[in-house]
Amino acid sequence: MIGPDGKLNAGNVGRLSKAPWWLLALALGGTVFAWRAATSQLYADIFGHILSGLGVTLAVTAIAFPVAIALGLATALGLVSPSPIRRNIATLYVQIARGVPILVQIFIVAFVLVPLGVDALRWISGGSGPLADLRASDVPMAARVVAALVCAYGAFEAETIRGGLTSLARGQAEAARALGLSQRQALWHVLLPQTFRRILPTLGNDLISLLKDSSLVSVLGVRDITQEARLYASATFRYTETLTLLALLYLALTLLLALGVKALEHRYRRYAS
Amino acid sequence: MPLDPMSEQNPSAVVLEARGIVKRFGSVTAVDGISLEIHAGQVTAILGPSGSGKSTLLRCLNFLEVPDSGEVLFEGVPVRAKDRALDGLRSRVGMVFQQFNLFPHLLVWENVALGPRVARKLSRDAASSLARDLLARVGLADKADAHPSQLSGGQQQRAAIARALAMEPAALLFDEPTSALDPELTGEVLAVMRSLASDGMTMAVVTHEVAFARAVSHQVIFMDAGQVIERGPPAQVIDAPRNERVARFFAR
Repeated sequence: MIGPDGKLNAGNVGRLSKAPWWLLALALGGTVFAWRAATSQLYADIFGHILSGLGVTLAVTAIAFPVAIALGLATALGLVSPSPIRRNIATLYVQIARGVPILVQIFIVAFVLVPLGVDALRWISGGSGPLADLRASDVPMAARVVAALVCAYGAFEAETIRGGLTSLARGQAEAARALGLSQRQALWHVLLPQTFRRILPTLGNDLISLLKDSSLVSVLGVRDITQEARLYASATFRYTETLTLLALLYLALTLLLALGVKALEHRYRRYAS
Repeated sequence: MPLDPMSEQNPSAVVLEARGIVKRFGSVTAVDGISLEIHAGQVTAILGPSGSGKSTLLRCLNFLEVPDSGEVLFEGVPVRAKDRALDGLRSRVGMVFQQFNLFPHLLVWENVALGPRVARKLSRDAASSLARDLLARVGLADKADAHPSQLSGGQQQRAAIARALAMEPAALLFDEPTSALDPELTGEVLAVMRSLASDGMTMAVVTHEVAFARAVSHQVIFMDAGQVIERGPPAQVIDAPRNERVARFFAR
C-alpha cells in the first residue's frame, strides 16, 4: 500500500509491474469471447439486435452530459454566489436532486413534471397559437428521460464544479480582478479553465456513470441497448447469452471512455496548477 | 487631514488618494483611519512590522479589500466598491502580489496579453507583440513561450510585473513583491522595480526591503497596529525617525 518512501503502491518497482495486466486479461477474455461469438450464428443474431439500440444509448449520453454540465455550472455559480437568494435556490435543487434516486426522478419527470409543464404551456398560450394543441403524449419518452438524467446529473456536476472552483488559490481571482477583468471575464478566462482541468478526472467518472445510467431509459420503454436486450431475451429465453453480451458491450464502451479521459488528463495534467 | 509634506515640495498630481480608510476583520481593526496620497511619478514605500496592516491598506486601494469606511479617490474621482469607477481604477492601477499569482494554464506571454486582450479589447496580434515587448523589458524575452511553472520565482515575479504593465497603468501597487523569494532572486526583481521607478512609474510598495525603500522611494509611510505612526522622506523616516517605535524597528 504505502511504501517506506511514502508513495502509494511503492515496493514493486520495475517496468513489468507497471504494465496494465488487468487490461491484457480483459482483452484476452474479450478476444476469446469475440471469436466464439463471431463463429456463432446465435451470438451474431443477439449482437445485431442489441446493436440497434446503440444509437439511442450514445445519443442519450451525448445529449444529457453537456446539458448537465451547463446546468451544473449555472448551479455551481449559484452555490458560490454572494446573493443568498441564488445560493439557497441552488442548494435546494442540489439537495433534492442528490437525495432522490435517479429512477424515481425519471418517473417524476416523465409522469408528473412533463404533463404539468405541458399544461402550463397550454395555459400560457391561452388556447391559440402552436402550443394550444400540445399534449403530454407529444413529448417523446426519450426526451423525458434525457431531462430527468440532466436533472440528476446537473446536481452532481454542480458539486464537482463548486469543489473545483473553491479549490483554486484565492490569488487567481484577485489577480484577474486586479487586472481589470470583470467578474464574468475572470470566470471565463482564468477560473473556469483551471477548474475544468482540475475536475477532469471526476467529470470522466461522471460521464461513465451517465453512460451506465442511460440504461434506466429502458424502464420507460425507450429502445436503448438494455431495452433491446430485454426484448430479445424475453422473446427467445436466451438470457445468459444476451445479458453477457449486453454487459460486455457496456464494458467496452466505458473502457473506451476511460481511455479517452486518461489521454485528456495526461494532456492537461502538467500545467494544471 | 494632515498635509503631506511631499506635496508642498513637489506639486505633482495625486494619482491615488485614501481618506480615513478603516478596515476591520472581525474584532481586529487592520487599518485604522489612514489617509495618504500617491503622487504621479513617485514611489511610496509602506513599511512596518508584520501584521501592522500594510498589505490590507494597499489592498484597500484597489478594493481587493472593501474598506469599512473612508474613501479612495482615483485621479480625483471617488471610487466605490460597486461602480464603473472601480473597473476604471482596476484596469489602470496594476498590482503585483507576493505569491506572483500568474495564471498556470496560460503561457507566459498569454499571461501578459490577457488583460489587454480581454479588458482593453486589443487584437490577439497586438496583445501578443505588446506582451513580448514587455517581457523583453523585464528581461524575459526568451521565456515568452514557457509555462509559468517552468520559471524561477524571480522570473515569475518579473513576468507578473510585465502583466501589470500591460494595462499601461497610471500606478502600480506592489504587495511584498520579494517576500516569497530567496535573496539571490530578490535582486533581479528589485532591479526591475528600480528601473521602473527611474522611468517615472508611479508606485506604492509594501516591502521589508529597507535598503530599497531608502534608495528608491520619495515618501515612506511607517505603519504599526493599523495606524501611520510616521511619514516623510526616507532620509527622515528611515535614517532619523522621530518616533521611538520606528527608531527601534530600524535599529535592529
